[in-house]
Amino acid sequence: MGTSVVRAVDGISLEVAAGDFVALLGPSGSGKSSLLNLIAGLDRPTAGTVEILGKDLARLSRDELAGYRLRTAGMVFQSFNLIPTMTVMENVELPMCFAEVDRAERASLARAALGRVGLTPRVGHRPSELSGGEQQRAAIARALINHPRLLLADEPTGNLDSRTGAGIMSLIVECRASLGMTVIMVTHERALAERYARRMLFLADGVLDGDVENGAIA
Amino acid sequence: MKTPDLLRLATRNLRESMLRNSLTTIGISVGVASLVSMMSLGVGLQRMIGVRLEKVGFNLLTVMNRGNLLRMGGVGANSPQASQAEERALDEAARLEIERLPGVVEAYPELRFLGEFSFADRTRHGMLAALPGSVKTTDDFSNVKGRFFSSPEAAEALVEKSFAAELLGKPVPRPGRGVLRRMYGPASASLDVSALARDLVGKLLVLHYSERVAGADRTAGYTVTPRQATLKIVGVADIDVQSRYARTGVFLPMKFAQGLHAMQGTDVRATSAPTYNMLIVRVRDSGQVQKVEDTVKMMGFGAMSIQDAMRSLRQGFAVFDVFLGVFGSLALAVASIGIVNTLVMAILERRREIGIMKAIGGSDSDVKRVFFAEAGAMGLLGGCVGVLLGWLIGRAIDAGTNIYLARQGMGSVEVWYVSWWLVAGAIGFSLAVSLLAGWYPASRASRLDPVEALRYQ
Repeated sequence: MGTSVVRAVDGISLEVAAGDFVALLGPSGSGKSSLLNLIAGLDRPTAGTVEILGKDLARLSRDELAGYRLRTAGMVFQSFNLIPTMTVMENVELPMCFAEVDRAERASLARAALGRVGLTPRVGHRPSELSGGEQQRAAIARALINHPRLLLADEPTGNLDSRTGAGIMSLIVECRASLGMTVIMVTHERALAERYARRMLFLADGVLDGDVENGAIA
Repeated sequence: MKTPDLLRLATRNLRESMLRNSLTTIGISVGVASLVSMMSLGVGLQRMIGVRLEKVGFNLLTVMNRGNLLRMGGVGANSPQASQAEERALDEAARLEIERLPGVVEAYPELRFLGEFSFADRTRHGMLAALPGSVKTTDDFSNVKGRFFSSPEAAEALVEKSFAAELLGKPVPRPGRGVLRRMYGPASASLDVSALARDLVGKLLVLHYSERVAGADRTAGYTVTPRQATLKIVGVADIDVQSRYARTGVFLPMKFAQGLHAMQGTDVRATSAPTYNMLIVRVRDSGQVQKVEDTVKMMGFGAMSIQDAMRSLRQGFAVFDVFLGVFGSLALAVASIGIVNTLVMAILERRREIGIMKAIGGSDSDVKRVFFAEAGAMGLLGGCVGVLLGWLIGRAIDAGTNIYLARQGMGSVEVWYVSWWLVAGAIGFSLAVSLLAGWYPASRASRLDPVEALRYQ
């Protein structure tokens, strides 16, 4: 416990185009996850603005931020963050429960989403009965279920072996292409960013240290 | 989040920590059971006494000399109406005046005195009461074995069944002892009234009593002279132990009894012209009782009715019920602390889950409502089980009481009464207490910072 102020993200000014795939790179503690949390509306900046689709997240109420997370920004985490007491199906249905989608419609949408990520045979399983790759697929299905405009991924392959990680990245790229989403991904693996991201932002000590367009990716 | 989804989620969460949540729910059940059993005892006793009072008569008004009523601690004896009017003697003129009041069917004196009876070489002591002809159709006298009095002046007697058995020298079952015996009177349900009537009706009963003889100028005191009267037994009455005529051995026709000028209890104090100890006023409709009562009080007499007694009884029981309710609620209060504890523990355990819910779009109110629903579900379930448990406890104690009473040779009673309003009230109260207990944990969960919560392992 301390009282000193830590500036996790300081003086960053950047603009991301709709439909872009941006990788936030940097060592541990560089502020990349904090920046992602600000974009996700999980945290608020002490000063400055975070404007998404014309709305300043810093000015939104707690309920409006929840609505933003529900409908505009989908999140995928390094540790998957599925609710362990629920089945895969129920986990995917949960955001639709918050969005008050009808029960019957919910079930068919969840099945379709799980089918898209290749988890149809696992719908009734609990997360603990799934492999890491399967859990992350389920998390992606959950993140995309309310058709967000923005997919935010915090080290999505960090807990996976390289082969499974590659599969997850392919899935994210595929979803971005088919759904026309903007993807912002936090990673510390430069190779991964170079392979999939169209733009790479480098952070160090909470400050933007580099902004590189990846010409290899369209 | 829609309510059905909320309830499904809450029940699923409760099932996940089955043991802990079951124990908390059992705690609530015990609390509700204690509340229900306490309250139903209050309601049952109130009901039992109410039924007894109703048997005495709702359309009857007892009129007494105001001083006597005050000495008896009578209700309303010193009411505003009473204090305005000057106190009057309750004599024959007063009786006639009351009888002429609108709505009054009759006003007859309550004549009761002790007498000594000789029958078949045996002597017995017993209480006598004078009856007006109007009681013939009441519950107590409509089933007399034999017949009712031929006229108000006839030298005839009706004998109460236990006293009839005593006169015949038959054993009277007297199994009850102590408080219960005093409460319920001797058990005489087993007596064969028809057989007693066969042996007694038509026979003569000699009554020895004390007559009050007025002085020469009717104001200078009186003398007491022993007298005797021969009565023809015309019937045997099966009097309910809860009746106002219970514990009276022999009944006489009103006019005949008045003609005896038998010494009354109040005569010890009174030295002037004979007055009545008490008048019973029968009002045509029980709705008019209050009006007649007020008029009688304005006339300078003390008056009380069962309605007064019921009113004060209700007040007394309201206090008693609150007392029982408070004690019953204590266990529920303790159980509600259990809910707070369980939910606070659940928040600690499910911190990360709360973070996930918020990260995927759950609002503060969604999270709050989930915890609120869990508290409500425990309260509702605990309330239902508690009511059932309380009802079973009540049945068991009712059964135990009646087994004891049966062994004492007494009729069964229902001291426990669970009404529908009590069932609904207890479940509602349990739900309300649980929701109240869930308020703090639910608010705390909803205020959790999602980033902090997601970091929690």
